[in-house]
Amino acid sequence: MTILTDLGIAALRDGVAKGEFSARDVALAFNDAVAGAKALNAFIVETPDHALAAADAADKDRASGTLKPLSGVPIGMKDLFATQGVQTTAASHMLEGFTPQYESTVSGNLWRAGAGMLGKLNLDQFAMGSSNETSFFGNVISPWRRNNGDTTALAPGGSSGGSSSAIAARIVPGATGTDTGGSIRQPAAFTGISGIKPTYGRCSRWGVVAFASSLDQAGPMARDVRDCAILLENMAGFDAKDATSLNLPVPNWEAGLSASLKGKKVGIPKEYRVDGMPAEIEALWEQGINWLKDAGAEIVDVSLPHTKYALPAYYIIAPAEASSNLARYDGVRYGLRDLPDGANLQDMYAATRAAGFGAEVKRRILIGTYVLSAGFYDAYYTQAQKVRTLIARDFDRAWESCDLLLTPTAPSAAFGLGEKSADPLAMYLNDVFTVPTSLAGLPAMSVPGGLDAQGLPLGLQIIGKALDEQSVLNAGLAIEERAGFAARPGKWW
Amino acid sequence: MSSYHIQGTTGDWEVVIGLEVHAQVVSKSKLFSGAAASFGAEPNTQVSLVDAAMPGMLPVPNAECIRQAVRTGLAINAQINRWSRFDRKNYFYADLPQGYQISQLYHPLVGEGHLDIEADEKAGIASDKRIGVERIHVEQDAGKLMHDQHPTRSYVDLNRSGVALMEIVSRPDMASPAEAGAYLRKLRAILRYVGSCDGNMEEGSMRADVNVSVRRPGDPLGTRTETKNVNSVRFVMQAIEHEANRQVDVIESGGKIVQETRLFNPDTGTTRSMRSKEDAHDYRYFPDPDLLPLELTEAFVADCLASLPELPDAKRTRYVETLGISAYNAAVLTAEVETARWFEALLAEGAEAKQAANWVMSELFGALNRLGASIENCPVTPAQAAELLTLVTDGTLSGSLAKQVFEKMLETGDAAGVIVEREGLKQTSDTGAIEAVIAEILEKNPGQLEQYRSGKEALFGFFVGQTMKAMAGKANPQVVNDLLKKALS
Repeated sequence: MTILTDLGIAALRDGVAKGEFSARDVALAFNDAVAGAKALNAFIVETPDHALAAADAADKDRASGTLKPLSGVPIGMKDLFATQGVQTTAASHMLEGFTPQYESTVSGNLWRAGAGMLGKLNLDQFAMGSSNETSFFGNVISPWRRNNGDTTALAPGGSSGGSSSAIAARIVPGATGTDTGGSIRQPAAFTGISGIKPTYGRCSRWGVVAFASSLDQAGPMARDVRDCAILLENMAGFDAKDATSLNLPVPNWEAGLSASLKGKKVGIPKEYRVDGMPAEIEALWEQGINWLKDAGAEIVDVSLPHTKYALPAYYIIAPAEASSNLARYDGVRYGLRDLPDGANLQDMYAATRAAGFGAEVKRRILIGTYVLSAGFYDAYYTQAQKVRTLIARDFDRAWESCDLLLTPTAPSAAFGLGEKSADPLAMYLNDVFTVPTSLAGLPAMSVPGGLDAQGLPLGLQIIGKALDEQSVLNAGLAIEERAGFAARPGKWW
Repeated sequence: MSSYHIQGTTGDWEVVIGLEVHAQVVSKSKLFSGAAASFGAEPNTQVSLVDAAMPGMLPVPNAECIRQAVRTGLAINAQINRWSRFDRKNYFYADLPQGYQISQLYHPLVGEGHLDIEADEKAGIASDKRIGVERIHVEQDAGKLMHDQHPTRSYVDLNRSGVALMEIVSRPDMASPAEAGAYLRKLRAILRYVGSCDGNMEEGSMRADVNVSVRRPGDPLGTRTETKNVNSVRFVMQAIEHEANRQVDVIESGGKIVQETRLFNPDTGTTRSMRSKEDAHDYRYFPDPDLLPLELTEAFVADCLASLPELPDAKRTRYVETLGISAYNAAVLTAEVETARWFEALLAEGAEAKQAANWVMSELFGALNRLGASIENCPVTPAQAAELLTLVTDGTLSGSLAKQVFEKMLETGDAAGVIVEREGLKQTSDTGAIEAVIAEILEKNPGQLEQYRSGKEALFGFFVGQTMKAMAGKANPQVVNDLLKKALS
């Protein structure tokens, strides 16, 4: 008897199509798994009825021969995507109880493709964080534990920590994520799953609660590369409601999958060998190089000389945009309103925003407000934009000698909850390998490569040229086939 | 040069004036959303998710608003920037849902341009003057707070939130309230000709921020104040007058002008301080990351140019040079686009230009004045007026009969020809009938006849009047003249 929750997206889709099991059985199985995994705190809202309704529609469509690309596939939706009639909070007290009258373009695309929703996944508040410790609704716990009997709760990564935890725990087969500086890739790496941030503009930002507009990009997270390709195909597409949306057809990425990298050159950027990186990660990177060689790729050394400036530039640009994007949460029209007795408008703003935002969100609003202030703007924001241009140019130069880049996804394996939350700078360093691609708007993916000595997953990052998600996915597949990553967390929840 | 000076106790002062005019763009929908942009709707009925700044909503530029701003720029001979960009101006206020206004600080859509104001002796504008326009940028309007709905609460109406505005920034080229008034009227006329703004200052679709400073003749610029949101030409002139005099008083009594924002009180004609530079906002302008730079193609700009109508200056020149209309009449007829449009419709119906111009200036304007009507709701159509004027040209009506017929037209709405038939107001050139009346009048007035014949030729007018009166004004005056001369000789 197949355990339905062990199946990935392709297997569920195909099984429903062939009639091996009903979509309703799939939905019921995952609804049960979600209900039984409260200890992970991966969900803010569970929506079993949504999953069942989509499943029933899928079963009907199968009977009438009108199956859709994701018929029978239930997924988790990061709670940054507005979902019509379903509370959308961005994991903040500010938006607690906020129920949009509209559906984000990406989630709408998925529902139109036949997918069902198991619930709204927890995340770092307003997608700001790398460990899912900033959610107003509590930390998300990784299903992974160290193999030494230590039961320390581990970070699932962030900000898409609900997504990564739920996929790794097999309570959802796939989920949406969003990635501003690494929020899909780093949690994927921490939990032994795959995730791809497509080229900026592939997925509409309409209806996604904004963090940093010039960087925010939605993408899929799933157990393997094929599942990511399937989800991405059904999330992406031009949207006239987003002025930065790319007006390009959506490639058939799943059909284009090929693990052969013959004729491809893969660059190894020397600047990603950072001080203090664990030897296991160095070793995995070396292993990854060998896997890609084995798949037919030629390996070349490249240089991305401005890499070290990426993190500081990111932590100016992203907070600057956030400080402005989050100004709309003022207590006037929706969401939290804190109106003390006798308060005037300024008092209401202050009280509402003090109560509605968590510490990390406030920190970033303060940083962003500071760097945009008169007298500091040129020294910070203008300078950071110049760095951003230089980083994009670094990649352009690299593409003169290669087609893809291979790097580690994160400088460490998952850490324990609380281990870094007191030190924002240490936390920000998690993004050191993922941020440059975000600044350049390039597609990048994390795939699991192996486990460290403590039995925790490590990820490899593949970076591609703009719009060349296919090569990224193919290299991911080549690694996946060779890594044979089959480890899964033991069920303790 | 302007002769306008403020006479202080210590000597003369020059006034330097610059205007920032906010003009609401004529467009069906708002600058970045699909919501309607019309005036006077019930509160909060023209608000999209974008205008209310709901989470995850994004602005998308409305091409029509951009087109209108470009057309406006072309109409004031301005540089059109093929590459421009939107910036966010950040501040908190309850009428600003996003917490920022999308505007253009660093790279405006329209660059340097100008318009010309005409000499006006009466107003003290000695000669024609060119007023520079530094830039036009497009930006979002804010919503409106209503403080009179509840004793302790304020209400917010977001209908205006996100409506497209053009901010038209002049150079500090004006030196008197009259010049500022002429600039505003000319700008308003151009906007209305172009159709990019209805220029309706009462409804707030055009308002001005007034920058004023004073200096000794020949000195460098003084410190300026900015009086916000003044909403009529008259108020702008009043605000300048008051503000310039206030500044002179302050300086002459040993004080210093503070760079500050001021408010105009239309009831008293005075300005008062709103906030000084010290507590001015830091707007933290930065490029809006939700929007790509705005890039215009040559074809788009060419299309905007081709769509421009004949503008007031060109029209006035043509009226004088081609149609032979007097300079004064041409200026009046072209000052408002509706007048020019009405006048040209009259010509298109076959009226002769000079005659039509005179008639519009005297008869039509007089009637509109009496009726309190404007040319937009003129009770007669150009076609009806053309028929009336044709009846004069072909001799059917005399000038005075035409006045009578026009009155009846206004009263009844009937066509001139119908009224002439019904009322028997036709002018007669029937020489037999006129000769008979003349003979009778000469017979009845032997004394006058005697005096005339003995050299008192001024009495000719008396005989004309008597004849016309006897014929109830319907005799052709020229024929009466000719026949009287014959009878009296």
